[in-house]
Amino acid sequence: MRLPKFEYHAPTTLKGALRILEQEGPGVQVLAGGTDLVVKMTLGRLKPKAVVDVKGIDGLDQVRFDPNEGLTIGATARIEQVASHTEVQRLYPALTAAAGVMANVQVRNMGTIVGNLCNAAPSAENAPPLMALGADVKLVSLKGERTLPLDDFFRGPGLTAIEPGEIMTAIHVPPPLSGSGNAYQRISARCGVDIAAVCVGVAAVFDGSVCSKVRIVMGAVAPVPMHATEAEKLLLGQKWTADLLEEAGRKAMEEARPISDVRATATYRKQMVNVLTVRALQEVYERAQTV
Amino acid sequence: MKRHITLTVNGDEYSIAVDPWQTLNEVLREDLNLTGTKLGCGTGDCGACTVMVDGRTVSSCLTLAVSVDGKSVTTVEGLAPSGEELHPIQSAFIETGAIQCGFCTAGMEMSAHHLLQRNPSPTEKEIRAGLSGNLCRCTGYNQIVEAVALAADRMRAAESKEEKS
Repeated sequence: MRLPKFEYHAPTTLKGALRILEQEGPGVQVLAGGTDLVVKMTLGRLKPKAVVDVKGIDGLDQVRFDPNEGLTIGATARIEQVASHTEVQRLYPALTAAAGVMANVQVRNMGTIVGNLCNAAPSAENAPPLMALGADVKLVSLKGERTLPLDDFFRGPGLTAIEPGEIMTAIHVPPPLSGSGNAYQRISARCGVDIAAVCVGVAAVFDGSVCSKVRIVMGAVAPVPMHATEAEKLLLGQKWTADLLEEAGRKAMEEARPISDVRATATYRKQMVNVLTVRALQEVYERAQTV
Repeated sequence: MKRHITLTVNGDEYSIAVDPWQTLNEVLREDLNLTGTKLGCGTGDCGACTVMVDGRTVSSCLTLAVSVDGKSVTTVEGLAPSGEELHPIQSAFIETGAIQCGFCTAGMEMSAHHLLQRNPSPTEKEIRAGLSGNLCRCTGYNQIVEAVALAADRMRAAESKEEKS
């Protein structure tokens, strides 16, 4: 169970980290919380020749909310920091729900939200709520920086849009609009410790009882987190009624394309997409009325 | 190449040379001979290796020793206030029969400590959530939950006594 040998770098500036990434080239890995990377290394699935520990870089560990700019989650902000953040709890309950239940206390104390995205597990808990909330991510390299909608970030299990030499420095979530709500629902065989068998994140904006904007994102039902596009289309511009939500749940179920594995069968996952989507849709509406 | 790090463990300062690929668990157990902290799964699932770094519980099997340079670590050996006296969490574990084979105990106690520092009066559900990262293969969870509740009661009583005096 010993870790394979590697070169260790602990830069204190982002520029320093980017230079090391460039110098080391392929075979270098970025380390933040280590709850995914070190496990993969322990199991011998990854043998990086060098590791760049970004935890010592100043200013990357922030979780910051500004009413005009929205929420910024830095690359080394721990999952627990986001779960316990009071503004996040008040305005982005979908994020609190995802960050607050995933894995266990120790992992939440070590792991980062950015790391959860960059590892790109199909079941990544924070991806559906962040995508539903319209988050984008900041990718920085020595050549410059670019901002990418999280919708375009995931390319496959473990695959992302990050180019060699790039580091995701932050996630940005727009400020919630008035009359909006967001929610997260998940199900697993056991409690949070278990990886989600299915999870659904929803964000919606209402004008009275009419839905003027809605985003539904499902996790663990496809190689990457995916929008329930047909369900979104069905709800848009419509009055929020129980019948409509039932139909949206069924649409989302049809759109999901899960596999059967140790956590659940494909049939069960599809049915749970239906149930969880309806629950999340009910929740966003209730929340939108109270904001 | 070995790196020089300085860290505080249970109040004692150590200056040691470590390989970058050594985990904190290996350094604690093998270099500092603090074998109270166990190694279970090695992949952050079982919690037997739980220690505190700067006041927060982490899996020492997933923590690189080089990354704790300048930090403060508390292991189960540092829980007791002295060599004579046990911590209330430790006494409660003994009294309620929460220790069977004992392999999970150190990690359980560290997680309990982390929980009670943040939440001095946890409900049963909160205790179970707080210990969710620690597995007991003897499956003696009821006694463990009982032990944490008992420790919480005693620590609260001691606290209010201190405030009165």
